[in-house]
Amino acid sequence: MNLVQVDSARLLAIVTDMLAEQGIVSRAEIAERMEITDRASPELGARMVAKAWREPEFRALMVADGSAAAESVGIRMRGLPPLGVLENRPGHHHVVVCTLCSCYPRAVLGYPPFWFKSTAYRARTVRDPRGVLAEWGTALPADTKVTVVDSTADYRWMVLPTRPEGTQDWSEEDLAALVREGDMIGVTVPRGPAISC
Amino acid sequence: MSLPPGTPVRVKDDWPEARGPVHIRTPHYVRGRRGEVVRHLGDFPNPEDLAFARPAPERALYHVAFRPTDLFPDATGDDLVIEIFEHWLEVGA
Repeated sequence: MNLVQVDSARLLAIVTDMLAEQGIVSRAEIAERMEITDRASPELGARMVAKAWREPEFRALMVADGSAAAESVGIRMRGLPPLGVLENRPGHHHVVVCTLCSCYPRAVLGYPPFWFKSTAYRARTVRDPRGVLAEWGTALPADTKVTVVDSTADYRWMVLPTRPEGTQDWSEEDLAALVREGDMIGVTVPRGPAISC
Repeated sequence: MSLPPGTPVRVKDDWPEARGPVHIRTPHYVRGRRGEVVRHLGDFPNPEDLAFARPAPERALYHVAFRPTDLFPDATGDDLVIEIFEHWLEVGA
């Protein structure tokens, strides 16, 4: 019998016991980490973005030290790669890709979307970011600087998008609801409120 | 002593893949290419050693900016920023 044929639950139990016996990681620590990973979703990142839009001090912290900003709103970052935050401004847009694999700020955005891991997205974004953005329906002014960030090593990167027009008096909750996963990767930008007449 | 922002650098034109099993975080498309240090991101255990459970000394990690058209003739971005470890960088080359 080889490893592939072993009952996976039994194999997991054996490996888990060995890790615990050798003092590498306890069952409780593994369970805690699994729970945190499963619970993480783009809603966490969206909350940080909304808070940054409303509070200049939080924005400054987030841009300077994403991990500290995440911790300050109750997201556990201990033992995780540092979170870097790329600040979009009018005239400067960022888009994140991991050409080597699928490095992703899971603590604040959850599991990466399937397309983020595709070879097409990875190969094309570094070469033709404007073409990729256009396919997402993201129209940037021609003079907007587009910076591609290839996430290759120990940091995990998220984009802090620009706040849409017409949201001056919005609550943090309402602002957070505007922010989508793609806005924090940089393939899209948050849509402002629909103008009704 | 870390490299200050703006330092011109060249990524080594080295291909350890050709010499044996490796785990390398420097993409092929920047090998041998010139860029500029954006900033020092911190020091991290060398992933090339970590991946093989060898003692992994900490190495300085930099954000390095490249001109996209230096990498791809038909590039449409304005700036391409990548994390690169110090041992892959030649200064001022």
